[in-house]
Amino acid sequence: MGKRTPLYDRHVAAGAKIVDFAGWDMPIHYGSQVDEHHIVRTDAGMFDVSHMRAIDLRGCDAQPWLRRLLANDVAKLTLPGKALYSCLLSDAGTVIDDLIVYFFTPTYYRIVVNAGTADKDIAWMRSQATGFNIDLSPHPQLAMIAVQGPQARERFWTAFPQARAETELLHVFQAVERAFGKGEHWLIARTGYTGEDGFEITLPAEDASAAWDALLTTGVKPCGLGARDTLRLEAGMNLYGQDMDETQNPLESGLSWTVDMKDARRDFIGKSALAVRQDAGALRQFVGLVLLDRGVLRSHQKVITPQGDGETTSGSFSPTLNQSIALARVPAGVKPGDEVQVEIRDKLLRAKVVKPPFVRNGKPLI
Amino acid sequence: MNVPANLKYAQSHEWAKLEADGSVTIGITDHAQEALGDIVFLELPDLGSQVEAGKECAVVESVKAASDIYAPISGVVVARNDALLDAPEGVNQDAYAAWLFKLKPADAAQLDAQLGALLDAAAYTKVAEDA
Repeated sequence: MGKRTPLYDRHVAAGAKIVDFAGWDMPIHYGSQVDEHHIVRTDAGMFDVSHMRAIDLRGCDAQPWLRRLLANDVAKLTLPGKALYSCLLSDAGTVIDDLIVYFFTPTYYRIVVNAGTADKDIAWMRSQATGFNIDLSPHPQLAMIAVQGPQARERFWTAFPQARAETELLHVFQAVERAFGKGEHWLIARTGYTGEDGFEITLPAEDASAAWDALLTTGVKPCGLGARDTLRLEAGMNLYGQDMDETQNPLESGLSWTVDMKDARRDFIGKSALAVRQDAGALRQFVGLVLLDRGVLRSHQKVITPQGDGETTSGSFSPTLNQSIALARVPAGVKPGDEVQVEIRDKLLRAKVVKPPFVRNGKPLI
Repeated sequence: MNVPANLKYAQSHEWAKLEADGSVTIGITDHAQEALGDIVFLELPDLGSQVEAGKECAVVESVKAASDIYAPISGVVVARNDALLDAPEGVNQDAYAAWLFKLKPADAAQLDAQLGALLDAAAYTKVAEDA
């Protein structure tokens, strides 16, 4: 038996198929992964993401420490509640994890990391804290519910009308922390991992089941990790462990936009290694593929291009596009619009190179 | 779990039905489609090709994963359900109506032995429950 979130009993009661995910017993779907995918693209669905780990960071050196720890620059965060996506890099410039950091004050942040990497991340963070006045408090007991879809915010406000005033004004990638539920703080963030609008709500475990039920009552449908994966893939969002890991750098994983080199004085972990890699040139491209022939792209398939071989990192059937798509790392020089070949079971199938995302806000972009 | 009594089953979750004309119809079980989830792609053996019992001969892909289909008996492919290629979700809707292909066995003695080695509904139900 794996670890269970505070919502485990709700999933079982809703008929979820439970699978192991990074040591957690999580719902993969509640009947049909494809139906759940379409619900999020057209209406509103909710995901239990309580297995992700929230870590509170406090201390007078919180900001300088994060500016050294993260490849993206938290100095950009000035509005309380504003969030930033960043990679956590090794000295070699490879990706230890990807995370979201929320800014509240220069001495108080919250970091949210992946479930499978949480213990490794916290150990790494602590090992990099020498000489900084900071305190890290992981909160494994918190629950997280992602409500996603074009109707997600309206449904959330129907369930929690008292939260409307403060959350209506939130911009994308902004959060508000407020006293709620049984008096404990909820963090309500306008973030997600689906390419749709919505909120991610972090709340105390004892509030989780009541919040889930309230959302169910307003017509938000439970969705499993299966739909979450096809939704994020269509949205062109990387999955740690598949699209990048400790053998890859962000520059060749489609994440250059998260590496902030603007402040020349800022020396973040991995910076010099990335600079060396960048100077060497011929960076591999991280692209999208759309399969033109019949079949399904999966991770780790060989991509054959005139410039040399590459590899798919994530692949699946896209329910929105009704064809197969993938993310892939290919040699320098491969461009959107090119036709390449993917080797699937000893056959060579044709695929078109595109620039991700494939789908955003319910609309195909390719 | 739906396991019709008139079919024979392989450990690898295919069903086989001996037809009156001597051909054998092959599909995957209800338990298999349930485990795979939403099926989005099928790769079926070519008409006229020879398949061998226990060897992989087709592929069923769900949103989640690709899964090999093993021939429950040996024979030549005499029909395939091409309508399913455009509507593979038919396997999810009714795994026993959505047959994949039909085989013409080479000789009767071998067919008897191979059918005899397959499971009946009760034995397969136990396999599926333990899976």
